[in-house]
Formats: sequence, structure tokens, C-alpha cells
Amino acid sequence: MNIIANPERLRGFERRIRIEKISRRSVLKGLGIAGGLVLAAPLTSRQAFAAYQTGAAKMPHGTVVDPRVFVAIGSDGIVTIVAHRSEMGTGVRTSLPLIVAEEMEADWSRVKVVQAHGDEVKYGNQDTDGSRSTRHYLIPMRQIGASARTMLEAAGAKRLGVPVGEVKAVNHEVVHASSGRHIGFGDLAADAAKEAVPNVDGLKLKDPKDFRYLGKGQVGIVDLRDITVGAAQYGADVRLPGMKYAVIARPPVTGGKLKSFDAADATKVPGVEKVMEVQGWPWPSKFQPLGGVAVIARNTGAAIKGRDALKIVWEDGANASYDSAAYRTELEEAARKPGLIVRKEGDADAALKAADKVIVGEYYLPHLAHVSMEPPVAVANVKDGKAEIWAPVQSPGGTREDVAKTLGIPEDSVTVNVTLLGGGFGRKSKCDYALEAALLSKALGAPVKVQWTREDDVRHGFLHTVSVERIEAGLDKSGKVVAWRHRSVAPTIASTFAAGAAHAASFELGMGLVDMPFEIANIQCENPEAAAHTRIGWFRSVSNIPRAFAVQSMVGELAHATNRDQKDMLLELIGSPRIVRLDSVKDLWNYGEPYESYPIDTARLRRVVEYVADKGGWGRTVPKGHGLGIAAHRSFVSYIATIVEVSVGDKGKLTVHQVDTAIDCGTYVNPERIQSQIEGAAIMGLSLAKYGEVTFKDGKVQQGNFDNFRLVRLDEAPLLTNVHIVPADVDTPPSGVGEPGLPPFAPALVNAIFAATGKRIRTLPIGKQLET
Amino acid sequence: MIKLMINGQERSWDGDPDLSLLWYLRDEVGLTGTKFGCGIAECGACTVIVDKQAVRACITSVSDVVGRQVTTIEGLHPTGDHAVQKAWRELNVPQCGYCQAGQIMQAAALIAENPKPTHDQIREAMAGNICRCGCYQRIENAVHLASTGV
Repeated sequence: MNIIANPERLRGFERRIRIEKISRRSVLKGLGIAGGLVLAAPLTSRQAFAAYQTGAAKMPHGTVVDPRVFVAIGSDGIVTIVAHRSEMGTGVRTSLPLIVAEEMEADWSRVKVVQAHGDEVKYGNQDTDGSRSTRHYLIPMRQIGASARTMLEAAGAKRLGVPVGEVKAVNHEVVHASSGRHIGFGDLAADAAKEAVPNVDGLKLKDPKDFRYLGKGQVGIVDLRDITVGAAQYGADVRLPGMKYAVIARPPVTGGKLKSFDAADATKVPGVEKVMEVQGWPWPSKFQPLGGVAVIARNTGAAIKGRDALKIVWEDGANASYDSAAYRTELEEAARKPGLIVRKEGDADAALKAADKVIVGEYYLPHLAHVSMEPPVAVANVKDGKAEIWAPVQSPGGTREDVAKTLGIPEDSVTVNVTLLGGGFGRKSKCDYALEAALLSKALGAPVKVQWTREDDVRHGFLHTVSVERIEAGLDKSGKVVAWRHRSVAPTIASTFAAGAAHAASFELGMGLVDMPFEIANIQCENPEAAAHTRIGWFRSVSNIPRAFAVQSMVGELAHATNRDQKDMLLELIGSPRIVRLDSVKDLWNYGEPYESYPIDTARLRRVVEYVADKGGWGRTVPKGHGLGIAAHRSFVSYIATIVEVSVGDKGKLTVHQVDTAIDCGTYVNPERIQSQIEGAAIMGLSLAKYGEVTFKDGKVQQGNFDNFRLVRLDEAPLLTNVHIVPADVDTPPSGVGEPGLPPFAPALVNAIFAATGKRIRTLPIGKQLET
Repeated sequence: MIKLMINGQERSWDGDPDLSLLWYLRDEVGLTGTKFGCGIAECGACTVIVDKQAVRACITSVSDVVGRQVTTIEGLHPTGDHAVQKAWRELNVPQCGYCQAGQIMQAAALIAENPKPTHDQIREAMAGNICRCGCYQRIENAVHLASTGV
């Protein structure tokens, strides 16, 4: 399959580099052609109903709008709907099928959801990342449901011998109101399947006032019962007859390789069957395995014991001197010198020189590990030139591609079965663990499960970047901010794909740096170089974490410097309600969305600030020793604002009393899951703020498990978290939910800590900083 | 040969007696509801109930539980309708769901021992179970709901 696609790409950076060499115009033209190839042409057309355009068509393999692919109706009336995105806790496996059910008038209690294999030619793009699923699929899923409904109505009208205009699908039946006759979907299934699939251009979508499910939040996730009884199947739970269990010892330094190993003691461990080398690829190697030594056993426990008994000599390679403390100094030095200018309005240098007062904030945020509760794990069965994979992957299509390439077999010889994901957060968009399983299964001629231990996960993942963000803000005599210079220095995700990549890619620049929405006359954003020394990857919210932390902390610093209320300062900086123009920014990413549909709209940003201030009681009187902090950030084309109330007690004990978050994510499908995502973002935000840090010494990660890569637990969770969803018109394009809750949390927290204590936190994690 | 009682059923094991209960349950018996999260009793994903006590299966060896009753999530209630399980569903607690079996087993042990825990007691008793998705507010509320009647 051709595919030029993928400018924003998360799957293959090499594709992206190729695209960047050709003109924007030819990319768009090429994409148009690619889109035409993807769809089963006459039945489908993109965005026929959409009042707005999305970036869905630009994703690899675009979208497929075909009820025959996504919907099946049994003669028993059970409607089976395909979920083609991966479930990692966002609720997408429920939400997208729910849209289809809504539009086709299926009764949700008679709907069964089945998970798609990785097959993007059939289903369209399956990458579950970038908080895209609802915004890219709300309209296509409605169209699929409406097509199915139209076919059922046509079949029903024929059976009843009445004009099709006189019947209507209602709650799993086609009803002829004037005669009171009705026929169930099951009875019509065979006839409906013979009806022509309607052209989407003529489809009539339901009037939103008739919605039973969309926007209501009354439907639990489809896996709820299975989860509570231990029956839900994650990647780790797959068991095949004759399956072997493997764990792998990987090079402790990124880019290192195996020199020699002694397996004598390992093979003596009861249950260990074999010890063998696993192929590794030279760094940077995209998602290819790191290589090392695999221990194969009859169960995972034996494999782990066997691995502990291995004696291995590694060759550490070029990153053997990576040291977090020294690297921080390097980043700070780079941030204090001019760097590549990536946005320029007015003359920030001159305006800073002329300013009455300059406030400087330099913020440091370390590497983070994803630590999904289910560590990476995959099962592979490779035989007779075919490969079958069972794995918790965010990118089933990409996994299929990479397994085929790694084994040297055609893609159609690879089946990728997508299990539930025990958390993803971006880690499981990289399929190295599935590739390891495929290589081992091929070598052993048997099904193999590769299980990563928690230490493997922390030490050999694709870490969140580490960054220094330096902001200089110039004030005039009246206290108005007239100049803003933001230098962002961080190793780029591009370095995982291309040796020597040292500047942020456009998608990284577009996450809170160049898209900063404040109304300031002189703005300059710079991106000095930073070399990577470990694998850097996407982590929930990605570069928005450090950028929102810096920008929103600076708002707090400016409020303090000018003796103003934080919220007033924030609104003043956001400025007038307007669509932000970013003419000086080349390749503005905008999360892959067309700017016309998803502009930076400061009216919406102002509104979430006002909304959370109102609902969350901004300005309320808090007990002595408590403080309130606020932060707002647009990411994944959604608008979020958060208020945190904290107190700092004896020995720096931090208590989060209340969190209020307002989200404007446009029109939405399942408010109950929006609420759960935002509640969870507060916990993840608190974890990264209090404890989150992966450090390196002599090229090796110093943490390994939850004892030293700590996470927030229930006894230190916020005492109350409120989520306020800004009501949106059904025509407001839907936007991200999974990621955007995270970025504003940490800056709201440190602004609250400042209000409570007068102590400004500029380095994360907070660690022991409050003890003194 | 070791004899074990798992969910009321007798099982025998003639392999390594030091094998952890976690991997025995998951890989040798096929009871995969009990999850691996850390291997060092830091996260609680592998929580099972031994006699009446919540224990971490990852640091418990098979030989440790000889002569004792081991209950896993699969055996908590014959129809999956333990008050804690019902409360979990009522409040839509899970996101990814991976840690939830361990959370539910911990909560069931708590309520068996202390039928009406306060919110502070719930927060303390559940602090050994990590949820990376951050479902804590709902976990706290679901334990409270389970203890007050679903």
C-alpha cells in the first residue's frame, strides 16, 4: 500500500523526514491521492457531514466509513460493533461503538463489541494516541451508524410494504408508526445486508435532541464486569498451548551491546529451559529491540530467577558517561544562550533591554517513565512463514508493519491481536516488546511470551524527555508584560529515529512553545540544541508537560511581581478574545488539525479560566497555611484550567485539599469517561510533581521499581477532585480528553504552594524542597 | 509434592517450592486475574487473600501457603457479586482496570476485618495498592459504598 501519509507521525519518523523535504503543497496533494486509495470509493467520502474538517485523513490509511466493516447484525438481534482503537483506560472501546449504536438506534444492551485486529487497510488508522480517537471518529462513526440504520429502514419498509419515508428505526426495531407494526433488527438482518450501502453524502444523521447515549454518560465501559471479576484479558494474560515464558537482560546503557555471557548458573535454576542471545539494533533504532540475553522457562518466575543468575559482560558504547546532574548543567547553559528561533513577533531582545523590569524563570523537569501498571508484554507464535501476535499495543497497524519488517515476511502474513492494555500513556505506541517476542518465537519454533519486569520498564523504556525551560518576561512601568522570550531545551523524540537529531520536531515545538497564546507585543521562542543519550519517546501530553509548567509558573511569578491576583494576571496575559495568528511559525503543528476547524481561540481559553474560577470557588477564603493556585493550557486542541488548594504542614508535608478542573473539549460522547480521565490526570500530575524523576549515572538508570520511582498513593491523593465540563454545542468540533488534563496540574500545584508558603518551586520533582 | 487450596479447590505442585505464588497462579494454574505489577510488594496488583488476610502473591512462595486457603479474584464470590465488586461497578471505578483485581481483594479484606471503615481508614488501608490511571477518588468512594450497602 502506498502511503506517503503521516506528517505528524508517531509511527515512523523516517517517513516524516522524507515528507519534510518536499513542499507543503505537494504533501497535501499527495495526501489527497492516498486518501482516495484507502476508501472503498463509491460508498464513502470524507467528512460529508462534517461542519468541520479534521486531520483524520492525513493519518496513515486515513478513515474507512463502511458499515459492512464495522457492524454485523445477527438473526438473534445482537448487533456486533467493531472497536478498532486500543483500550488503555480512556474508554474508547466503549465510546466509539456507542456512537455507532446511537446513530443506528441500536439498544446498547443488545450490542456486543469486538476488537479489531491490526489491519489499517480494512479499518483505517488505528493508532490510539494523540488524544485523537473521538475527534477523528465522531463523524465517521455516526456515518457508519446512519448507513446501517438506513439499510435497516429500507429492508423494513420493503417487508412491511410501505414507502421507506413512513418507517423509522427506533430502539432496535424498524417501526411503521401509522399502522403500529414493527420488526426487530434481528429479523431484518439478512434483508438489510442485501441493501445497497448508501452514499454518505445523502445520509441523514440523528437530531442531537434525540440522542439517548451521546453526551449522557449513563453507560459503563464494556469491560467493567470482566475487570471486576478478573476475567478481562490483558496482554499479560494470553496463554497458548506449549507457550514458553521469557525475560530478557538488556544492555544497561542505551546503545550498548552484548560482549559475552555465562549461562551456567542460569540453566541450573529449576524451570529454566534455555538461554539465548536476542538480536539488537544499533542506536538509534526506532522501535527495534535493544538486544541482550533471553532466559526461556516454563514460567515467568523461573525465567526471572534464571536471569538473576546470568553473568553478562556488556559493551556500554557512546552513552556510558550520561549523567543527569551534568546534563542538567549543559541544558541550563544552552538555555542561557540564543538558540534556533522558532517564533518571532516584534523584537523581544530590544523590548527586554528596554523593559522597566525583567522577571526570569528557569524551570527544570526531569525524565519520566510511563510505568503503566501492566509492564510491556507480548505473546508471539511464529511458524511456517506466518506470525501471530497478541499484545497490548496502541499501534496495531504499526506493530504489524514492524513485525513483518523485522521477520522479513509480508504484512499480510502477520496477525496482530489487540488485547486490553493495562495502561499505555504512550509507552505502548512503541512495539519493541512485540518484536522481541516475534524474534524469540521464530528462533524457538514455539509460542513465546516476553514479560518485562518493572525494572526493565523503568530502565529500558522510551523516557519522557528532560528539559530546561527558561522564560524572560519584560514589564513596562505600568506592570504590563511587553516582552516574552522562552527558550526550551530538551532532547527530541526525533533522536530515537535519526542519529544526531538535536532540535525539537515541529510536533514538539507545537506543544506549548510556539503556540503560546498570550497577547504580548514582543514574543520570541527559541530552541537551542540538545543531544539525546537515551531513548526518548511520547509520554502522555508530551512536551506540554514542561511547557505548561514553565509558562503557567511564570504567570504566577508575574502575578507576584506585580502584586496581582493569579487569575487576573492569567486573563490579562491571554488578552482579548481572538483567534491567535502565528504567521512567524513554520509548520505549525496544531495537533495535526486544520487551523480553520481548531484555531487557538482565546475566548475559549478565557472561558475555561472563568468557568473553573466560578465552579471551583477561586478567591474563596482558605484556612491559614493553605493556598490556591491556578493554571490554564490548551493542548490536543482542548482548553483546560485547573485550580488546586494545598497546605504545607510540618516537615514539608504537602496536602492537596481540592482540585477543580474545567475542560472545554468541544462536543463530547461520554462525560463520565471525561470525568475519569481528568480525575486521573490530577493523580498523574501530582505523582510527577512530587516524585517523578528518572536519573542517570554512568549511562545507567538509577531507579528501577516503585520503591525509588515513586507514585502517589491513595493516602496522599487529593481529598476532593471536581471535574467541570464546559457545555458545548454539538457543532463544536470534538477535541482531546486523554492527555490535556495533565499539563495544567503541576503548575497549578506549585502556584498554590507559593500562595501557601511563599516558596517558588522551579525544579521538579518537588522531592524534599518543602522540608526546608 | 506440595498440596495447595486455591479458591476451595485442591491443587498439587511438584515444581520449585520457592516459586512465587503469583507466577504459580498465573502461569502454572492459569488464574490470570491476579496481576504482576512490581514483584517486590510495592504496588499490590497481585493481592490475594490467604485465610482472611490480604497478601502480596509476588513475595509469597508456594510453600508459604501450604495448609492455608488462598482466594483469588476469580474465587472472591461465586457470581462476581461481592459487595466490593458491585460497588466498583456502581461507581465505574476502573480506567484501564489492570490493578483493580488487587484493589478489590485488598478492599474485600479490609471490609471483612473492619465493616465500616472511615474515609481515613480506607485511604490508609488502600495505600499499598497503586493505580497509575489514578482512580483513587472512586476507589475510596467505592470502598465506602461497599461498606454502607450497594
